[in-house]
Amino acid sequence: MVSLTSLTIACFIGIPLGTILAIKRFYFRKTLLAIINSLMGLPPVLVGLIVYLYLSRSGPLGWLGILYSPTAMIIAQVILIAPIITALSNQIIEDLHEDYRDLFLSLNAQPLQAVIAYIYDSRYSLLTVILAGFGRAISEVGAVIIVGGNIDHLTRVMTTAIALETSKGNLTLALGLGIILLIISLCISLLAMWIKSFSKRYTYV
Amino acid sequence: MSSRASTSNMFPIKVMNLSLEIDKKMLLNNLTCELKAEGTTVIMGPNGAGKSLFVRCLHGLSKPTNGKIHYGNLPVGEATRERQSMVFQSPKLLRRSVIENLRFVANLNKKNDQNLTQLLKKTDLSLLKDQQVSTLSGGEKQRLSLARALVSNPEILFLDEATSSLDPRSVFIIENLMVEIKLKNVKIILITHDVNQAKRIADDIIFMNNGKIRETGSANDFFINPQSDEAKAFLNGDLVI
Repeated sequence: MVSLTSLTIACFIGIPLGTILAIKRFYFRKTLLAIINSLMGLPPVLVGLIVYLYLSRSGPLGWLGILYSPTAMIIAQVILIAPIITALSNQIIEDLHEDYRDLFLSLNAQPLQAVIAYIYDSRYSLLTVILAGFGRAISEVGAVIIVGGNIDHLTRVMTTAIALETSKGNLTLALGLGIILLIISLCISLLAMWIKSFSKRYTYV
Repeated sequence: MSSRASTSNMFPIKVMNLSLEIDKKMLLNNLTCELKAEGTTVIMGPNGAGKSLFVRCLHGLSKPTNGKIHYGNLPVGEATRERQSMVFQSPKLLRRSVIENLRFVANLNKKNDQNLTQLLKKTDLSLLKDQQVSTLSGGEKQRLSLARALVSNPEILFLDEATSSLDPRSVFIIENLMVEIKLKNVKIILITHDVNQAKRIADDIIFMNNGKIRETGSANDFFINPQSDEAKAFLNGDLVI
């Protein structure tokens, strides 16, 4: 649930932002893109630490009282996933923009109409981007364990459970959970591959 | 009854000292001409003459370095572009089905879907209306581009080598449609290398070479008695320098 919510929020931020960065030309656009690209490789533990410092009682957002809650985990995951979704969707839309730029200018399409058309026409390719974001979300452990606290029935997710069981020496359970996570990840990759081949069949490259 | 073009405030089209420089290279050099409302104007010239850039400037897709273009009293821009359509040399189509491509423009222009069926029929695409654009041939794509250009019911239609490298049947369909829309007093501005096609369609000719307009005039005069050496060489199929 935490991963799905994070992914949804990251998509609502990342896809329109990636599209706007692909079709609009402005100062510092390339710098902004370089920053977003570098954020793709953000160390989760560092993100967890920064979110922790902000949400802890003495931090600037401590008054919210959301540390060690699923909300804190969602915030940390959105920070991790949004740059991935933005950068990858930017690349896809930029390729499409080569084809559509003159057409939309000729048709006097308004920016919002253009953005919707870009997202709609690259929907199959964007699905693979979303799945890549989801893959990152479900496999993440560093950030969510710091800001979530790994509280049973509240903020414990599969990855943090694996970490806990390993530290307790309960390797059989940890390995079992790991295999389940691996199967989920494999299913997601297969789905991404199938969608990509489907999109190549039904839209032209 | 007065024609649509003669009552439009978009004419004459005045091009005044138009220049376009890219990377310190003068691609359009001080172009000046006037296009009247009636008839089809064909822009001819060898490769690299600046024809496509000139049409892009006329349609407002490229911004000239110097000079002005006026449609009647209107400067070129969004207001003039919404009364024009353009068919590009390589078909620019949405990655959707044939009918969805037409619906997109109909929605943008707040037109109803009724005349889409008629346009599909005229461009011989009725049977392909639900087919994805990716599966169309080059000729079918270009016919769809023309159908889409006509959805908005433009006053001026630009065609940038719209029939180059197409099969004779597609050329025939496109030319027939051009004749039909010309009768509805739509101003057509066409770029072509095909001298025979220009002879069939043109009322006026603009001949360009090396980014300059070398000759303008009626098609009859141009084909019977071209004035410039470049135009003579072009019509004879010789190398144009």
